[in-house]
Order: sequence, then C-alpha cells, then structure tokens
Amino acid sequence: MFGRDRSLTSLLNDTFIRGILFQALIAIGLLLSINWLADNTLSNLANQGKTLGFDFLTRTAGFQISPTLGTWMLDYKVGKSTYTDVYLIGIINTFIVALLGILAATVIGFTVGIMRLSDNLVFRWFSSFYVEVVRNVPLLLQLFFWYFAVLRAMPSKREKLELVEGVAGLNITGLYLPAPIVSDGFIYSFLSLIGAIAITFLVRRYALRRQAETGQILPMFWIGLSIILLLPVLVHYLNGSPLDWSLPEFKDTGPKLRQGYQSGAGMVLVPEMLAVWLALSLYTAAFIAEIVRAGILAVNRGQTEAAYALGVRPNVTLRLVVIPQAMRVIIPPLTSQYLNLTKNSSLAVAIAYPELVSVFAGTALNQVGKEVEMIFMMMMVYLTFSLMTAAFMNWFNSRVKLVER
Amino acid sequence: MTRKVIKAAPKKTTMKKAIPSDIDTQAGYVRIEDAPLLPPPPSEVGVTGWLYKNIFASMSDFGSVSAALKSVFVAASTLFILYFLVTQISGLLDFAIFSAVWSDPEGLKRQACWTVEQGGALPNGWHAACWPFIEAKAKFIFYGAYPNDDLWRVNLTYALGGFMLAWVMIERLPYRKIVGILLLTVYPVMATVLLTGGAFSISTGTIGGATILGLALITIGRLGKAGYVSGAFGDLALVAGVCGWLVILFAAVLAVFAIDFDLEAIDTRDWGGLLITLVVAITGIVASLPLGILLALGRRSEMPVARFLCTVFIEFWRGVPLITVLFMASVMLPLFMPEGVNFDMLLRALIGVTLFSAAYMAEVVRGGLQAIDKGQYEGADAVGLSYWQSMRLIILPQALTHVIPGIVNTFIGLFKDTALVSIVGIFDLLGAAQSTLADAAWSTPVQGLTGYLVVAVIFFVFCFGMSRYSMFMERKLNRSHKS
Amino acid sequence: MAQPQNTAEQSVDQKTIVSMRNVNKWFGQFHVLRDINLGVDKGERIVVCGPSGSGKSTLIRCLNRLEKHQDGDIFVHGIELNNDVKNIDEIRREVGMVFQHFNLFPHLSILENCMLAPIWVRKTPRAEAEEIAMHFLTRVKIPEQASKYPGQLSGGQQQRVAIARALCMQPQLMLFDEPTSALDPEMIKEVLDTMVELADDGMTMICVTHEMGFARRVADRVIFMDEGQIVEQNEPEAFFNNPQSDRTKLFLSQILGH
Repeated sequence: MFGRDRSLTSLLNDTFIRGILFQALIAIGLLLSINWLADNTLSNLANQGKTLGFDFLTRTAGFQISPTLGTWMLDYKVGKSTYTDVYLIGIINTFIVALLGILAATVIGFTVGIMRLSDNLVFRWFSSFYVEVVRNVPLLLQLFFWYFAVLRAMPSKREKLELVEGVAGLNITGLYLPAPIVSDGFIYSFLSLIGAIAITFLVRRYALRRQAETGQILPMFWIGLSIILLLPVLVHYLNGSPLDWSLPEFKDTGPKLRQGYQSGAGMVLVPEMLAVWLALSLYTAAFIAEIVRAGILAVNRGQTEAAYALGVRPNVTLRLVVIPQAMRVIIPPLTSQYLNLTKNSSLAVAIAYPELVSVFAGTALNQVGKEVEMIFMMMMVYLTFSLMTAAFMNWFNSRVKLVER
Repeated sequence: MTRKVIKAAPKKTTMKKAIPSDIDTQAGYVRIEDAPLLPPPPSEVGVTGWLYKNIFASMSDFGSVSAALKSVFVAASTLFILYFLVTQISGLLDFAIFSAVWSDPEGLKRQACWTVEQGGALPNGWHAACWPFIEAKAKFIFYGAYPNDDLWRVNLTYALGGFMLAWVMIERLPYRKIVGILLLTVYPVMATVLLTGGAFSISTGTIGGATILGLALITIGRLGKAGYVSGAFGDLALVAGVCGWLVILFAAVLAVFAIDFDLEAIDTRDWGGLLITLVVAITGIVASLPLGILLALGRRSEMPVARFLCTVFIEFWRGVPLITVLFMASVMLPLFMPEGVNFDMLLRALIGVTLFSAAYMAEVVRGGLQAIDKGQYEGADAVGLSYWQSMRLIILPQALTHVIPGIVNTFIGLFKDTALVSIVGIFDLLGAAQSTLADAAWSTPVQGLTGYLVVAVIFFVFCFGMSRYSMFMERKLNRSHKS
Repeated sequence: MAQPQNTAEQSVDQKTIVSMRNVNKWFGQFHVLRDINLGVDKGERIVVCGPSGSGKSTLIRCLNRLEKHQDGDIFVHGIELNNDVKNIDEIRREVGMVFQHFNLFPHLSILENCMLAPIWVRKTPRAEAEEIAMHFLTRVKIPEQASKYPGQLSGGQQQRVAIARALCMQPQLMLFDEPTSALDPEMIKEVLDTMVELADDGMTMICVTHEMGFARRVADRVIFMDEGQIVEQNEPEAFFNNPQSDRTKLFLSQILGH
C-alpha cells in the first residue's frame, strides 16, 4: 500500500486523507442529526403553541418557597420576585447545602477513614459497618429515612424541643437558631478576624525563619489558634460588642393558629434542609472514608520506617512524610466526590427542599412550561460546577506530580 | 520493660563446648546445641494477646500528657461506640424480629398492628415491624401491578437470566463465552417479548425493507473486502459491511417482536417494584457497554474531530445529575422526535439512563485501555492487524478483564440510581414501597418504617453482594497479573 | 567489659555499642529470634549472613525498634531499648539505617531528604543542616544531584543518597539491611565502595548482606544465622576457609558455589 506512485488512488489510500474523510463524514452526520432534531423540536413546539425565548425570566413567580438562605438573600416575595430570582434562589440553595455538605462530609469522612486504619478493633468494625451500610443503600432512600426520622422525632408545630434555653430549639417546622443582627461597629470585628489570620501567617513566616536560623521550633498550632480566637473577640468586646442576636420567639398562648415559633424572629433551618444536609454528608462521607484509607495505605510502609529510623517522631513523620504523599492520591477522587455531592443535592426535589432542580425544573417548569430553555439553564449550572472541578483537578495534578525521569 | 518467659529456658551452661562466659564479642563461636523453640509470651498470642493488640494497645500509652489524653479519649470513644452499636443493633433486632408482628390470622389488616390506644390488641408503646403488611404487599413490591396470571412470565425471565448469568460467572463450566454472548443478545429480546407480550405492530414492509438494506450493505462490504473498491472508499465499504450485519440483526429482532406468541400484552405502566429496578439497571448497563466502548475508543482516537466530540459527549453526561437527565428524557424526548412518535415512559427513562451510564462506562473502559502496556498496541501493529482487528482480538479482551471490577462498580451505582425514576413517576422498588404507604387499609404508625426497612434490605443485599463479587474479581485479576 | 547502664545518659566513650542478651522474638506463633546473644564494640564491622527467613533483618530491625523484641535485653550505646519513648528516640538518633528499597522521600529533593532529620530531630539551623547535607553528599560522591528528586536518580545513586541521609544524623552505629539486593549488578559496586570507605573511616556497622567479597574486605566478624539463631561467628578468613558447623558449610557452598 505504501511507496506507490502518488496517483489519485494512492492519495485516497493515504491514512491522513482517510482520517480527514472519516472525520468529515462524522461531522456531516452529526450536523444532519442535530438539524433533524432541531426541526422536530421546533415543529412540535409550534404545534403546542409555544415559542423559544427567555423572556419568561422577567415574569413574576406566583408560588411560595420555603424560607432558606436563598429566599433570605434575595428577599423573595410572592408576586414580586421574578423567575430570575427563582433561578438564583435555586442556585444559592444548591450552593449552600453543597458547601455545608462538603464541610461535614470531609470532617466525618476523614475521621472514619482514619478509624478504619486504627489498631482498635471497635473503631475498625464500626467504621467498616458504617461504610458498607451507607454505600449500599440508595441515597434517595437514606434521604427519606432522615427526613421521616427527623420529622417523626420532632415535636409538633405548637410544641418545642429546646436545645439551649431560649436560644435554640426544634420542632416540626424547623431548627430555630439566633439570627445575627449586625450594627455599625461589627465590620471591625470581622476585619480583625481577617487581620488575625494575616497576623498568624506573618508569625508563621517569622517562626519558620527563626527555625531556619536557630533550629528552634515554635508551637505554631497553639500560637495561631490563640491569635485567631482571641484577637477578634478582644476587638469585638472593646468595641462594645456590636453584634446583636435576634432570638427565636415562641408563643404558647393566644389563638391556636398563631402559636408556635414566630416567623421573623431568629433564623430557621427547615427540616428539608437538615435532612438533605444529613443525608448528603453521611452518604458522601462513606466514600470519602474509603478514599482517605486508600490514600494513606498507598504510602509505602518503608517511608514511615525510614523516618522513624532517622529519629523523626510519629506526628512529625505524619506531617512531613505521610500526609503530603497521601494527599496526592486522595485529592483527585476527593474532588470527584465533592462534585458528586453537589450533583446529588438535586435529589432534594423528592422532599421539596428548594434547590435548583426542585424549584426551577419542578414548580417553575410546571407554571411556565418552557422545558427546553429551563432545562438548558439548569444543566448549564451543573456543567459549570463540573468544568470548574475538572479544571481544578488538572491544575492540582500538574502541580503535585512527583518529579521522575 | 522486659517480659519474662513463663517457661524457663535451659541454661547456657548445658552447652558442651567450653565457652567463656562473655560469648558476645568472642570471635570463633560455634553453637553446639540449638536454642529451644519456645511458645510466645501471653501478651502476643491467645485471647489476652488478641485483646491487647486489638483493643487495649491504642489506649495504654501514658508516656506523656498528650499520649495520656489520647488514650483516655480513645477509651471513652470505644465505650461510647460499643454502647451505641449495642443499643442500635438490639433496637433494630427488636423492631424487626423479636417484637414484630408476624401473622394476621384473623385478617384484621391494620388492626393487627395497632396498640390498645389505637384500637388494637398490642400493648401501648409497642413499636415494631408489621410483617403481615409486607406479606400482603409483597407481590406489589416485587412485580408492581403485573397481572397475577402472567407472573410466570416474569419469574421465567428472572430464572433464565439468573441461570445464564451464573453459568457465565462460574469458572469451571464450559461454553461460558457462548452463553455470555447469548445473554447479551438473545436474552434481552426474549425478555422483552416475555415481559411486554410481544406482537408489536411492525409492518412486514419495515422488516422487509430493513432486511434488503442490510443485505445491500453487506454486499458492499463484501466487495470492499474482495478489493473491488479501493482506498478510502474501501474503508467505507468495510464499515458499510459491518453496518449491514447490524441492520440484519435489527431486522431479525423486529421480526421476532412482530410475531404473535399469544401472550397477553402488558403495558409497561403496569410493571413495578423490583421488576422495574432490575429492568432499568440491567438494560442501562447492557446497552451502555457497547456505546461506552465506542466512546472510549473515540476519546483516545488520533482524529481530533472524533476525540473532541466524544470528550464533549462524555463530559456533558458526567457533569449533570441523573435527575436532570431523567427530567430531560421524560419531558424533552417527545419534543425531539418527529410528530406521532410516541415514547413509552419507561423507554424514555431507559434512554436517559443508558446515555448517562455510557459516559461513566466510557471512562472506566478508557482507564482499562490506558492500563494496557503500549507494547501490546505495538505488537498488534507489528503483526499487521488493522485498527479494528487489533482492537477486537488483542486490546479490548485485555482491557475488558481489567475493567470488570470498574464495570461492576458502575453497575452498583446504577442500581442505586434507578431509585430516582420514582421521582419521574415510574414505579421502581422505592416507588412501589412508597405507594403501598398510601393504602389506608394498612395504615399504622409503623407502616412507613417497615416498608422502607424492607426496601433498604433488598437494596443492601443486591449492592453488597455485587461489591463483594467485584472485590473477589479484583483480587483474582491482581493475582493472575502478578504471575 | 563495662556493665551496660540502665539510664538515659549517654556515655560518649562507651566501648560497647550494642549488647543483646537472651533476646527472643515471636511473630505470632513463629519464634523468629531464638536466644540471641550479641555484642558489638565501637569501630567493629559485623556482617550478618544466612538463608532467607533466618531472622537477619529482624535482628537488626530490633536494634532501632522497628521491631519489638518480647524477651531479653537490648542495650544500644548504653541505653536500654524498652517501651520508654524517650529511650527509643535517643537510640534512633544514634543509629542510622539503610534499607533494601532505599525509602527515600519522593516528594522532597535530595538535599531536603538529607536535611529533614537534622532540622526536625536535632533542631539544627537550616544553614548548618545544609552544610552537613552537602558534606555527606560529597562524601558519597554525588553532590551535584542535590537539587534533583529521587525519581530522577538511578538505583545506585538513590542508595548512596540513603547512606548520606543516614549519615547526616552523625550516628554512632550504621545498620544496613541488604543494601545492594535491589540494585542492578552494575550499580552494586558503587554502593559497596561507599560502604567500604565508610568502614575504613571507622564507622561501627552491622551489615546484612550476601556480598561475601565485601565481607572479606571489610568485616571484623562474620555472623551466620539460621532459623533465628546465631549458629557461627568468626573472623572472615577463618569463617570462609574453615567453617565449623555443617549448616554454615552448606550455606557457604550454596552462596559461593556460583
């Protein structure tokens, strides 16, 4: 086939040309299919009397949404807020439950993962048991379990279970906590927190330099912790404590309909949010535990032995030798799990927590009926999350690649 | 602290050769008598040793303040966890077994599981499983609303599938490959006919047309192979040939679907429970495997167009939640099809699940392809195999054994994800359980818990079993790799 | 022979570096070290050989507590090796170990590998630690690799770095656990040469190895172990030319046969 004269036939035989021909065919085929699908869609829509367009976003939305971070931030009002607000509320609520879920899942997951490697049999059994049960039951089922278990255990609307006298309490309508009301001077407390963190970094640099020069090691952990905790608190009190709390208000007298926790006082976490948070955290934590375990096991035993043989103490070995190597193995699948958690938050549609899918593709879609546009808008959000995560992972992998020949 | 051995060791003075007492640094030492083989001290073996190593070792380091604090913390946590486990597990056993109501001889239905306060016979404060409820609803949970007279068809499908799968999985049986191929090709057709009833209205014209098209394509392929068409068109001819065989296969399937086996036609809306869950999960995996392989090959291809398209496709489906895919499938699929083409609800979900799963499958297969030594590709090239030949004969067989654990894990994930179809109105296992809760005749405070408990156990048994199998396969593959 | 002291005090002119008396160790039911009695003086070079599974590695790993002995006494440089963490720390500071599979830290550069212990264990200032590291890297003849990473070095170079890393703690005793067994043949010589130089400089060392040429060149004593016990020990000439025990003879015939 090779080495013949460059006639037309041999040109056609050329693998390069063949490749291009093939790809051109694929591209044409794809364009034709897309064209066909688009045609069908437009004609079907026309038959239903609908058109494509995003102008529905400025229309006002006519349905109630549970009190959540999104509604609070955008000050959602039925009849006043638009579908754009609804979209944004969905995104905010997805984001907040994903963030809280990621934090909780990481803490629980790392703890359970380390427990699985412990000498202690009870720790090992318990963590194995937890991981196996949670990983082999669908998340949706676990979500229902937490939702019903959470609801069942709660007192009814007109009763309460006080966690902290007068400050925090639970009932079937939610978890009530004090809401912070910031007055003028609070900005200084916040700034001093930032300042404390900055100061800690500076102290750390000083400590490292001191160690490099004299070899003496400062207990940076305790120093940093004290600075970050004490400095803002000090500034806060010196400034006259410019932070008030709106305590939740509970009425058990008066007309029956108005009894119970009053809205407007304090902050409420609706049971749907608690259930989603619990379910997502515990479910993802089981997967994170396995990732952490695999990461730590991936570090060769010889590494710890070499460090011990040099006289390095176990906790320093952990910090300088084991964890850096384990993190390389842990971080990529860990970020995948974070992404999964964010996507899994969409299950909240089953219990009507107002995150993106439930509020936009659920209720709003029923009212507006513009399927193509709305589902497209929804998928864009998730795709953005995914792409950002993928970009981060690529960056991370290239940064920490072990230098080899 | 050194530990004294309990049994006394024989003294050195029993050695026959005269050795100075300080034998340590003495060059020119030869041992005359073997040192005795002694049993280890109690702290190492036996019950005390096991207890020490596994429980007390982590709580007995009091060397420094921080170590002591850690030991106390570990001890307290261990006690707390033990307490927690014991109470929860005994509570669960009590709920499910010991205090549960097992039978309803008088046909009282919900009253059989009511306490005195609620109007029944059980003591107040009773709170345990109501098994007669499950017994009554068992058929619904496993088959949905499938007509009772035709349950044998579902059972036959289950039995046949299980039998063939077992055959493929057990090492020592012969003809595993053939059974495997049958399982992936003939069985789905059979299962579809059995479950739906077959006898779809497919005109002979369609079947005939497809057959003719297939034959034509095959002829083109034959011509290409024989060399009558050269160059780039020769490649196209070969592709046409392969497509021709697929079309013939498709025509055959259509023909089988068109035959009237005299089975009652059962709408997919009547299917439910475990049946739906298995149908969705298995169809998803089986259908997504070939698609996933193609996508993986495409993503690794050197042709930029193919690579780009496959990457976009894969990343799109992996980047969105399954629930949005299901919404899209149930709401938008009818829009994409020309007028008059009506899609069964279940079919829409199946398409969505298949596309979604194909993306994950593609990544798993891609991992397997990457794990294969470059030398294999080069070897295949050197022997003169074409791309498709080397793929079919050398690369893919190896890659697929590599990725079987990954495929099983994807299947486990898919099996759990099928629970989501209940949100778009298809009665899977979870959906069936939920709808049983609406039955007022069985309304008890424990109705929900009992139902969900049963569903959880069913899911757990399937998923846990599959994950154990996956681990077993992984270990086996690792071992065969090392040797 | 000075009596071993049971305190954590270091005695700089201690003549006995290692003293093992009636040491027994079990792995579960398996009696892996049986009645080991061994003494090593300062400046002595010991080579331990024997068939695989005889407990040679376990023996030297007991000396820096990478393995725990269940019976008997071990004193290293006058410090008793028991469960007391302070003792263990001190002993590990004075004992350096080189492993069969190098065990370099792959995420740190060569220089950082060598500097880690002096900085974090001996609390040496960074500049001084760097000096020490370069000094020993020069001694093992690879100072130019200091800023590279272990993955970029050959096996022989990595093992020499491992030796330098251990030396940076300036130990009283060096333990070698089959240092050349994982190396390609052409790289064994460079590592052995380094070890010979180290021995000539007066380092006390206990070396588990199959390299009998090295033993002949360097060892003060060759110890043969079999099934967990010390079967024979002698000066190299006497050991190789006139083995006393039958087991020794068998082993030597297998090892020197090719």
